[in-house]
Amino acid sequence: GEVATKYPEFVKIVEVGPRDGLQNEKEVVPTKVKIQLIDMLSGTGLSVIEATSFVSSKWVPQMSDHSDVLRGIQRAPHVQYPVLTPNMQGFQDAVAAGATEVAVFGSASETFSRKNINCSIDDSMLKFEEVIKAAKEQQIPVRGYVSCALGCPYEGRIEPAKVAEVASKLYGIGCYEISLADTIGVGTPGSMLQMLQRVTQEVPISALAVHCHDTYGQALANILTALQVGVSVVDSAVAGLGGCPYAEGSSGNVSTEDVVYMLHGMGIETGVNLDKVMEAGDFICSALNRKTNSKVSLARNRKL
Amino acid sequence: MGNFPTAVKHCLSYEQLIKDYPWLRRWLQEEKTKYPEFVKIVEVGPRDGLQNEKEVVPTKVKIQLIDMLSGTGLSVIEATSFVSSKWVPQMSDHSDVLRGIQRAPHVQYPVLTPNMQGFQDAVAAGATEVAVFGSASETFSRKNINCSIDDSMLKFEEVIKAAKEQQIPVRGYVSCALGCPYEGRIEPAKVAEVASKLYGIGCYEISLADTIGVGTPGSMLQMLQRVTQEVPISALAVHCHDTYGQALANILTALQVGVSVVDSAVAGLGGCPYAEGSSGNVSTEDVVYMLHGMGIETGVNLDKVMEAGDFICSALNRKTNSKVSLARNRKL
Repeated sequence: GEVATKYPEFVKIVEVGPRDGLQNEKEVVPTKVKIQLIDMLSGTGLSVIEATSFVSSKWVPQMSDHSDVLRGIQRAPHVQYPVLTPNMQGFQDAVAAGATEVAVFGSASETFSRKNINCSIDDSMLKFEEVIKAAKEQQIPVRGYVSCALGCPYEGRIEPAKVAEVASKLYGIGCYEISLADTIGVGTPGSMLQMLQRVTQEVPISALAVHCHDTYGQALANILTALQVGVSVVDSAVAGLGGCPYAEGSSGNVSTEDVVYMLHGMGIETGVNLDKVMEAGDFICSALNRKTNSKVSLARNRKL
Repeated sequence: MGNFPTAVKHCLSYEQLIKDYPWLRRWLQEEKTKYPEFVKIVEVGPRDGLQNEKEVVPTKVKIQLIDMLSGTGLSVIEATSFVSSKWVPQMSDHSDVLRGIQRAPHVQYPVLTPNMQGFQDAVAAGATEVAVFGSASETFSRKNINCSIDDSMLKFEEVIKAAKEQQIPVRGYVSCALGCPYEGRIEPAKVAEVASKLYGIGCYEISLADTIGVGTPGSMLQMLQRVTQEVPISALAVHCHDTYGQALANILTALQVGVSVVDSAVAGLGGCPYAEGSSGNVSTEDVVYMLHGMGIETGVNLDKVMEAGDFICSALNRKTNSKVSLARNRKL
């Protein structure tokens, strides 16, 4: 049987371990460990490493050293180090600390938006517009996230049309790339396909990324589906760092190692050196005193 | 209308076509991927799963597990293995297990029978379906079942001949279909050769097993394209191990090629003897979750499978390997 499947030749991996990963780890990690992790990742071939989040340290203590982290890392040439900036204050602090790319975080779920960032979707868009306007003045690119793209812990099913609306709004106000996040990992190839089919009616596919959580073990199958639709940007986290705040004990981010293993096995280029990512994974798991969430890393008999 | 070249460009432009008829993209994309409407799950937890668990499980626990699985909607439950207990102590109670289970109507309970002795013991214990286990790797065959691929086929032919006389269907496995712990890469042509041989000597279904879980959608596609040149797709199944986290993606790929039979194990029972501490079988819960999410029918009740998973994990004093089960906050 022949399969009419065209895959991208190259997939850009957006490494979110130091931000989305560490943010969801219980153990607070010292600044120098964060810096060392990012420096190790900088040598793996990854071209985008989300470094930290300029969110209020009252809300996310793990990210309270954001300025020190951003100032402390050794920036590799050809690597971007985006940082989250939820509002103007965060943006200004980020710029002061040397940020050259930022990200804003919207939601397809009204309830999640209110509970997570304390404002409605519409109001959050106003804040993001402010940030993007200021960012444009400084030639700083802005990436947009749409959380709950395949389901919400409060609202349950999320309509693809709503995801398209929010994604298209973020794109319209100036985000160069929109990452569609399956925040609670409930998505399947079925819902992923349906959602992407709707979103691509409003946002060009080259501007889309997928951010799949592996809480239900569906991440790689969902990523595969996205690649088949034509998405060529995939978010992942070294060692699968970060749990799921909505499912105690469960995993969150899909691991970069497992994604890269799959892509390379399919002949898709990423520019990433899997062994070096595993080394970075070993390092951070050791520092966190935890086992890796990456099955590839585990199978390759890493020290932990 | 504008000038002629512009109008022609407008008509010939695919992008313009999509803009003018937005539903077309969706239609074209739907046309590309056809999935089976129904997938048969072959539950291998009680055999492949338990066989690879360190802790030996009492007979009554095995029986209770199978009885629980019999109530989940699964139509095939691999019950045990009639292999020498010297080799596989976990399966030494094979006759007692097979005799002790409550057979549900419409459920098959195949058992492994590596040779005539095993087959005869299985029949004596009431077996109504058996399975034989070949390999695409010569080295793995010799190390795992102590004989060459060709010699193993002779043994299987013997079993199949006897099985046919008793109207007992025989399922064939091809291990190392996507890689071997000793030989590394396995040629798709070799997998096709062994699969086709097993099919030719009378196996009604051939399960292609990624024994060490190294396969990816790339190697899965390549292997299936070659095997389907020699064995009809309706006679093929995939048996994916999740050692490298690739199982669901590999299964998805197989479904896209047209495979509609998938092996899995409740709670992802069974480790990997070739990667200490790693997982083996893909978990039935995670497979069923994916299939149902895609609108593919299985007849299986996910909640009941999770209950069976809770039970056996409790008995084994271990955590489930199923992420779905874990996320749904089962007791363990």
